[in-house]
Parts: sequence; structure tokens; C-alpha cells
Amino acid sequence: MRVTQGTFSFLPDLTDAQITSQIEYCLKNGWALSVEYTDDPHPRNTYWDMFGMPMFDLKDAAGILREVNACRETFPNHYVKVNAFDATRGTESLRLSFIVGRPEKEPGFGLTRQEAAGRQVHYTTRSYATDRPAGERY
Amino acid sequence: MNAASDQLTRPVGDAEHSTFDLEDVFHSSRVGEVLDELDRQLVGLAPVKQRIRDISALLLVDSVRRQAGLNTDAPSLHMNFTGNPGTGKTTVALRMAEILHRLGYIRKGHLVAVTRDDLVGQYIGHTAPKTREVLKRAMGGVLFIDEAYYLYRPENERDYGQEAIEILLQEMENHRDDLVVILAGYKDRMERFFRSNPGLSSRIAHHIDFPDYSADELLAIAQLMLQQMQYAMSAETLETLREYIRLRQMQPHFANARSIRNALDRARLRQASRLFAKKASLTKADLMMIEEEDLRASRVFTAGITS
Repeated sequence: MRVTQGTFSFLPDLTDAQITSQIEYCLKNGWALSVEYTDDPHPRNTYWDMFGMPMFDLKDAAGILREVNACRETFPNHYVKVNAFDATRGTESLRLSFIVGRPEKEPGFGLTRQEAAGRQVHYTTRSYATDRPAGERY
Repeated sequence: MNAASDQLTRPVGDAEHSTFDLEDVFHSSRVGEVLDELDRQLVGLAPVKQRIRDISALLLVDSVRRQAGLNTDAPSLHMNFTGNPGTGKTTVALRMAEILHRLGYIRKGHLVAVTRDDLVGQYIGHTAPKTREVLKRAMGGVLFIDEAYYLYRPENERDYGQEAIEILLQEMENHRDDLVVILAGYKDRMERFFRSNPGLSSRIAHHIDFPDYSADELLAIAQLMLQQMQYAMSAETLETLREYIRLRQMQPHFANARSIRNALDRARLRQASRLFAKKASLTKADLMMIEEEDLRASRVFTAGITS
């Protein structure tokens, strides 16, 4: 099951040229970009790992794309995303975030039903990948 | 580049016998303006200007060749500026970024000026990320390494400068279309630096030497500076300045245009004190005029030693 989240979740995966244009757009707006990765694809997992430092003061997309490629190379079987942080007073949060790398095989999510008192059922989703310990998931 | 590429994608006649108008390309790239500005704002430096013209011509011809479907390898444009202090190396580097941007060789046209401290780390494993960080910042523009010979310190074998040089070499080779590296420094030291790093020397296509300025050129520079600072001098004061330059050139630690700037700055100080002592009401002309006595008070005329 193909995991989607973030800004372009409704589109097929972006090509490098498309990623470059998106990064250019972010740089034009003065946003700081960063690269993050994880092997826990649950949609509520907001704690992805940073790949290197967030990149301030960059003028050109080539430097960021290189960082993206370095991350994909280091973690070929992880999810990789690019974040654009807007430091403007009053915003101070992410403006844009999109997935740029994913594992070859994505096992998807299982639905767990918990039977509670009075025939009540609680639902929760759990990624099959997280059955195994971190670092050995994909 | 936008205007230029529009111009270039327009086919002229049929493929084999079509003609290409260089003049047209030259105008649409607006490089002429930058080159003229260079001529106006930089005095002397004939070999430097010639080289910049050559490079501009090559890049323009290349863009036309590309249009004709001929093979164009992006030329290597890493440069090495050598010359005595105050001969305009940094100024030209700044201009270079703009020219290369206009010609469409680099994408952004900014200049990142660094020295050894920005590239070399303090402990093991600190240098590589630091250098890469700087290179990343310079991408799409020009990386200007001032006093590059400090990177290599042969007397200390545990120095991390070598590591920075190696990364630099690698990047200059692999990311040639992403950034242009310009090294700068005094001539003799740069030569020694290249002798111990032959790989670096051969990867730099353009070694440009900045000649010292003649007395006349320095006077022209002084006038240009005065004009920029909105000060003025009478013809007699200008003669005094000429004499000052002649004397100053013979003294130690002469740093070409930089010495002239310092001299003018000191003259401004004296002018300010003089105006202050007068305590009369001042006209705009008073505020602008640097008098002969402001220059004459310099130690260059008396003791023969100066800073």
C-alpha cells in the first residue's frame, strides 16, 4: 500500500526535476528547507529523524537536492521527506512538506479491533512494518 | 539568460545553412552593460578585463553553438586571482558572479566569500561537514576563497586544511555546472601553494594576474572614490594628491587602491576637524571640499613613515 501524506499526497511521486522546482519555489519565498527520514510510516508519527541540519541561507536548489539524494542513498528503505519552514513572525511553522523517497515494498497497515465493555469496538491502525524493531523494518 | 534563451531558441533559416547573429545574442544577454560598467568603474587592469571579455565571448559563442546543434561542453571556469594587496581581486570576483549569471553559466549569481576559518574545522571530522556546508551555500553562484594559500600548512602534518582542499577538488570536478570557485591571494604564496597541490592548479583553467596600478591609475581611482563618497578637490589639491601617491608608492606596506582609500579617509577626518574648528556656518561646498592642508598634514610628506 502506497503511503501518502503531505502537500502533494494526491500526486504520483515527484521526479528530481519536479522536486527541484518545488525547492526553488520554497527558496524564493525565503523558507528554510530540511530533509527528514523515518521507517515508521504511521500518519500520526510526527517525530521523523532529521537528516543533517536544516538548511538556512541557501540560494540554489542543487545543494538541497544533493542532501535529498544523500539521504536516499543512506536510507534506501526508509521514507524521506522535504520540509520547508517559514520563520516569519506569526507563522513559524512548516509551509510545505512532501515525500521524496519511499521503500521498495510497503506492506501497509492492519486494522486492529479492540472489544471493549458493552460490545463496544475500538479501532486502531498499525503498520505491519513496525512488527520488527527500528532499523530492520523494510 | 531569459531574454537570451528566447532569442536562441528562435531558428534562423534551415538547419545546415542557417546563420546565427552573434551581435543579436550579445545584445539580448545584456552582458555589454556589465562589461561597460566594469570599464567605467575599474581603472586599469587591462589583462583582467581582456580575460573577462574572452570568457564572455566564449560563453556567448557556446550558446550559439548549442543552438546550431554543435557539441558544447560546459567550459571549466574555476579561476585563480593573484596580485598584490589592493589590486581589486575581490571587486572583480563580485563582478564575475554577475557576469557569469548574465551569461547563464551560473544560476543565481551570488558570491560567497570565505577564508580558511570557514572551511577548516578544529577537530577530526569537523572539516568535511563544514566545507560541504559552505559549498552547499555557494551552489548556483561563485565561491570566493580569499587568501587560499592558508588552507595548506606544510609545517603542520596534522593540519586539517588538506582535507578541505581534497573536498574542494572533488566538488570542483563533480559539480562543475553547480558552482564556480575563485581562489585569490598574493602571487608568490599562491605559487608555492599550487606547487604543493598540483591537482588543484591543473583544475583551474584561468590564472589571472592583477598588475599593480601606475601612479596615474591610482589618481584616477582616487577621483572615482571621491566622486562615490561625494567629496570634491580643486585642481591644486589634486596635484598634491598626485605627489602624495608618488611618495607613498615608494614607502613600505603600500597596498595600491586600499592605501589610497585609507589616505582619503584620513583626509576626511582632517577635513572634519578643520570644519569643526572653524565653527562658522558652512555651505554645501564647504562640506564637500577637501583642501590641500587636509592632505599636506599627512606624515607621508614629512617623516617618510606612515601606516
